Amino acid sequence: MEDAINIVKLHKSFGPLEVLKGINLNVQRGETVVILGASGSGKSTLLRCINFLEIPTAGRIYLKGKLIGTPVNNEPDGGLLQYRDKELQAVRTSVGMVFQHFNLFPHMTALQNVMEGQVTVLKRSKAEAAERGRNLLAKVGLAEKADEYPARLSGGQQQRVAIARALAMDPDVMLFDEVTSALDPELVGEVLRVMRALRDDGMTMVIVTHELGFAYHVADRVIFLNQGEIYEAGPPSEVLGRPQREKTIQFLNGHNQFRLP
Amino acid sequence: MNDLLRYVPVFAEGLWGTVRIAVVCLCASLPLGLIIGMGRYSRSWYWAIPTRVYVEVFRNTPVLVLIMWFFFAFPTIAPFDVDAYTAATLALTLNSSAFFAEVFRAGIQSIGRGQWDAARALGMSYRWQMQRVILPQAIKRMIPAITNRWIELFKLTSLASVIAYQDLIHTAKLISSAYFNPVQTFTIAALIYFAMIYPMVRMLYFIEAKLKRGD
Ligand SMILES: Nc1ncnc2c1ncn2[C@@H]1O[C@H](COP(=O)(O)OP(=O)(O)OP(=O)(O)O)[C@@H](O)[C@H]1O
Ligand SMILES: [Mg+2]
Repeated sequence: MEDAINIVKLHKSFGPLEVLKGINLNVQRGETVVILGASGSGKSTLLRCINFLEIPTAGRIYLKGKLIGTPVNNEPDGGLLQYRDKELQAVRTSVGMVFQHFNLFPHMTALQNVMEGQVTVLKRSKAEAAERGRNLLAKVGLAEKADEYPARLSGGQQQRVAIARALAMDPDVMLFDEVTSALDPELVGEVLRVMRALRDDGMTMVIVTHELGFAYHVADRVIFLNQGEIYEAGPPSEVLGRPQREKTIQFLNGHNQFRLP
Repeated sequence: MNDLLRYVPVFAEGLWGTVRIAVVCLCASLPLGLIIGMGRYSRSWYWAIPTRVYVEVFRNTPVLVLIMWFFFAFPTIAPFDVDAYTAATLALTLNSSAFFAEVFRAGIQSIGRGQWDAARALGMSYRWQMQRVILPQAIKRMIPAITNRWIELFKLTSLASVIAYQDLIHTAKLISSAYFNPVQTFTIAALIYFAMIYPMVRMLYFIEAKLKRGD
């Protein structure tokens, strides 16, 4: 069975600033990969390249074994790729993303948020979308909040709606970008529990987080990113328990409190 | 007082002239402003630059100057007849569409990048992002500014009287010089303007209060 994600020599620059400097990363189906790294190391940029919210400057990304983009000159390797809007829209539909600041649509209720992509993108009927939406809200523990607007929900509740909204597109992969960083400490647990349940259901996930306890217990693999390069990688017991390299050790020393989910 | 009753039909005609030009200019400048505003927001220069010039020129030229220009200068180069109504309509429409364009642009820009990201991450096309996520939020924020400009437009129509467009003020001028009663006539004209504009202002307050509660 092919991998869920293969990233080959991924580069991303913003003008003169090179943020990703040749990332190689394979993610198996059902695997949970946690990405750690200091601020500015390129964690968000890496996630945003996987669903093409940012277009890679160079390199190749394969999803379920399929190359995204079309080679311009039929060169076998490394040549320029051309991305068509339709293709990128399809990719984004099959890759769910959850953001640090939830980004719920404030003019829609929780249920409408979860229905929106289903109706506009997947062309599901309203009834079908509503049923699936209610099931997903129930799954994240918010069945009774379906008709509330985001402004009336706590941060933790909003983030769980955002997770349900992404799941409603039946994605193959879920990306999480510091989804608990904007939450009050007492609300972090409820969101992490939902993510843990997703992993137990076999969802493929790439997670950027500073919750090291969560990473330790939930990740299959931890990647430490430093200045746009993969600096250290391996099972959490090794990268978090017995880090080998200087920058990783420094980073972990700054986070000496593990939180157990 | 009896005298004044005789002017009612004349005033009514002037009032019609004012309302007509205000409504026509509003209906023309809203969609025009939307298009120009989207152009201002565009990333391609052949949209962004001309629309920017448009906005700066028509927003920063006094309406009275525009009216005079379209009435006295424009006919010498235009291949068709330009009467007072056409000149005033052009001047007011260009001016208020430039303002509306800025309102639209600011409204769209006030929506944070996160909303675009979230809509894009679901796989929505640009049109769906705009239509379902950005515009519904942006328009809500624009309503007070739009109402404000609309009121301004109503007031500005009175300038069209300088080129003898048959609006309320021009009518008042005719009546007062025919009957030598400027105090009554212009007071009545002022009251009519007030009676027209004040309800709009109340409506604006009402909308603003309602939007504030909605947040
Ligand atoms: N759209 C952009 N335009 C220009 N520079 C950008 C853009 N997005 C990110 N950057 C820059 O790229 C670098 C990496 O940013 P990125 O957001 O990927 O870091 P991060 O590891 O997620 O950091 P944090 O922990 O603060 O979220 C930063 O220096 C940032 O300023
Ligand atoms: Mg980040």
